[in-house]
Amino acid sequence: MKKKKWVRWAVSAGIVLGSLYLLQRLLLPKYAADVIEGALIAEYYDEEKDHDVVFIGDCEVYENFSPQVLWDEYGINSYIRGSAQQLIWQSYYLLEDTLRYEKPDVVIFNVLSLKYNEPQKEAYNRMTLEGMEWSLSKVNAIRASMTEEENFLDYVFPILRYHSRWSELSGADLDYLFDTPKVSHNGYYMRVDVKPAENVPPGRVLGDYEFGENARSYLDKMAQLCRENDIELVLIKAPSLYPYWYDEWEEQVERFAEENGLRYLNFLELVEETDLDFSTDTYDAGLHLNLSGAEKVTRYLGRFLREQCGLEDRRGEEHLARRWEEKGTAYSRDRDEQYRALELKAGTDQPEKQEDS
Amino acid sequence: MLFTSYEFLGFLAVLLLLYYLVPKRFQWQLLLAASYLFYFLTGPSNLIYILAATVTTYLAGWQIARIGERQSAYLKEHKAELDKEAKKAYKAGMKHKQWLCLLLCLLFNIGVLAVVKYTNFVIGNVNAVFQAVGSGSRLDFLDIALPMGISFFTFQAMGYLIDVYRGVVPAERNPFKLALFVSFFPQLVQGPISRFGDLAVSLFEQHRFDGRTVSFGLQRVLWGFFKKLVIADRMLVGVNAIVRNPESYSGAYVFLGMLFYALELYADFTGGIDITIGVAETLGIRVTENFIRPYFSKSIKEYWRRWHITMGTWFTDYIFYPISVCKPMLKFSRFSRAHFGEQIGKRMPVYLSSFAVWFATGIWHGASWNFIVWGLANWVVIMVSQEFEPLYERFHNRFAVRGKMSFRLFQVVRTVLLMSALRTFDCYRDVPLTFRMFGSIFTEFNWHVLWDGSLLGLGLSLTDFAILLCGVLVLIAVSLWQRSGSVREKLAAKPYPLRFAVWYGLFLVTLLMGAYGVGYDASQFIYNQF
Repeated sequence: MKKKKWVRWAVSAGIVLGSLYLLQRLLLPKYAADVIEGALIAEYYDEEKDHDVVFIGDCEVYENFSPQVLWDEYGINSYIRGSAQQLIWQSYYLLEDTLRYEKPDVVIFNVLSLKYNEPQKEAYNRMTLEGMEWSLSKVNAIRASMTEEENFLDYVFPILRYHSRWSELSGADLDYLFDTPKVSHNGYYMRVDVKPAENVPPGRVLGDYEFGENARSYLDKMAQLCRENDIELVLIKAPSLYPYWYDEWEEQVERFAEENGLRYLNFLELVEETDLDFSTDTYDAGLHLNLSGAEKVTRYLGRFLREQCGLEDRRGEEHLARRWEEKGTAYSRDRDEQYRALELKAGTDQPEKQEDS
Repeated sequence: MLFTSYEFLGFLAVLLLLYYLVPKRFQWQLLLAASYLFYFLTGPSNLIYILAATVTTYLAGWQIARIGERQSAYLKEHKAELDKEAKKAYKAGMKHKQWLCLLLCLLFNIGVLAVVKYTNFVIGNVNAVFQAVGSGSRLDFLDIALPMGISFFTFQAMGYLIDVYRGVVPAERNPFKLALFVSFFPQLVQGPISRFGDLAVSLFEQHRFDGRTVSFGLQRVLWGFFKKLVIADRMLVGVNAIVRNPESYSGAYVFLGMLFYALELYADFTGGIDITIGVAETLGIRVTENFIRPYFSKSIKEYWRRWHITMGTWFTDYIFYPISVCKPMLKFSRFSRAHFGEQIGKRMPVYLSSFAVWFATGIWHGASWNFIVWGLANWVVIMVSQEFEPLYERFHNRFAVRGKMSFRLFQVVRTVLLMSALRTFDCYRDVPLTFRMFGSIFTEFNWHVLWDGSLLGLGLSLTDFAILLCGVLVLIAVSLWQRSGSVREKLAAKPYPLRFAVWYGLFLVTLLMGAYGVGYDASQFIYNQF
């Protein structure tokens, strides 16, 4: 009798846990099918981790630099751990998380996120934090990032957060229930379309131009962490025209770099050197670069890494070369498909335009 | 700490574990510590109020008991010396002393409640008078936060003291046990207002872990969560949209808002009480039921016997009866019989006592004229229906509809509509606006909004409406099934797979369809504000 009861309990527990697990998987947003940016962070864990360079930061890194070019032209093995509106404490904990797996020679951090001193939006938090594997770094990243409406438990059991998504499920939720396709090229989010930067709004006057104490403390911690691990930290400001980058911010970053003996590249001041043309090299009017722009900027960065940071060409490593060859194929395929889609779109748009005119 | 928060669930889980692990003689002490921790987490300064209520009630109760003991000892000692008259005089003197103790404690505690709850209401009214007479004077409002559950624990403590005074229960000698009775955490949020005689035994006795009791308790908690999260908090969106925008939503919207609010209030309050009773049950403690399917009532009077029962009986026992039999009222009774005749005269004291009860009920619910008018409107409806009883009787003698299903249904619908209409006073910001909006039901004929898709502008999607409709059907079905006995008992007698499917199904529905988490406003229980 007692045994029967135990069996009943075990079967019930199995049904409860199994169904909750399945439901949770079903209800989780399938970023790969929709908001691609949310799928980037998780992809890192499938990689072989022996990178020379790791980028960390917001959309200004994952849309403006191409690791494929770094490999193809300089033999530098790199990865971008970028995510939408990645806050500086998230970058710090992502770096900590990365160091659990590998010690790159150079870490490149985009400084735009210094402007945020407090948690911002839950949706962006989710896109960065959900993809991280569980570790103390993830726990700390969540704690540092939560807005007032958020609860830690919702990260541990995401079903509590996404419980009401049942009413908006689509085919993609079933397609990607267990298997998520790759959406990036070593963290790079490729876009080939063009939308020229024409009317870039000027920066509005701010009450206070000083970076917040919290944000600065994480930059300190990041520099410290890199020092302790014998990693060169390179600060960059990507060449995005908007959000506006103020001179006062620039001065603070330059000062920090100088005080800490770090290299700092502001690509906004290297437009000529990189040969960037904002009428053809951006897909959203200057916020982010398209493939053409990203490749130009990456070429300059590659030269810098080779010459200034002394990174060696690893194209002779057979295993690595094979891996990058596969990646290169996927990269070219994605590029070609996007161009084809653009041509198709232009083709279907044309008659409408003629009709309009 | 909201009942529906993760923190509360964690708190309950840890408490349950400790409760059944500690030696049984320490269980009630653990509950006391947990209750004070729970109350501390609502705001550390709130502890002062509950401590003051407990200490004064304990001292007053203890003093009343001591006077009683002294009286017994004295009478025993002087049995032979005292004649009947002397004994009576001595007893009256002692009773007067006990009365003074009771009065002092009542004044103090009701005074504290009045100050924190009603001072700003009084100031607001004084300022309105100043303005009306053209005076430029203004009184500043006080910055007083209403401690959570103060109405509930004050009434519970005062009920205990009056019972001690009346000799209904003995005074509790252990101050910590009395402290637990006053602060028992599941009741702090929104009652019920328990009597010492009902709660004390199970509260202080030792409890062995009993899987069936704990599981029954958890089932009741789950049912409460379903009502609160799936129905009440979802309905809240629609109610708020209507009552917070009276300029945009009038006529049929008000009628709909009235029904929405009635449903929301029911699901919210009964859901909260289900959680309270369920939590107590998991600890082996029996808490008095507060509702018996109130929306199945056939009259307002019956409704109030089945809705918030412990508050109703509290007002009846501690306000209605004392006022009815007090000396001035008896005098008034004699006077009215002499002047208005036997028929009207004998009813006058009842009306007056009822008036006091409904006024108190109104103001207990909130420091605003809306609640006072709401309370008095209930009084008017009850009194009028009482007066019309002979008319009803004639109607029933002429038409044999009594007992017919259709007539009973008519009575139930009528009561629901009437109660819902009265509840509109809870919704709008002031009394004139409430009357204006209620009046618009009959003057603005915009009933097309009920089917032309306008309702989707209230913040509720079609899916939300579907969930609410299903939720209401489940509530009705469960209530109907409940009439022939406990639903949980009946389910427990069913085969295990069916039981499991029902309870796990309810859990999943609550988990997936509950209006909680990011994107939903975590809402406090409505009665928590009272």
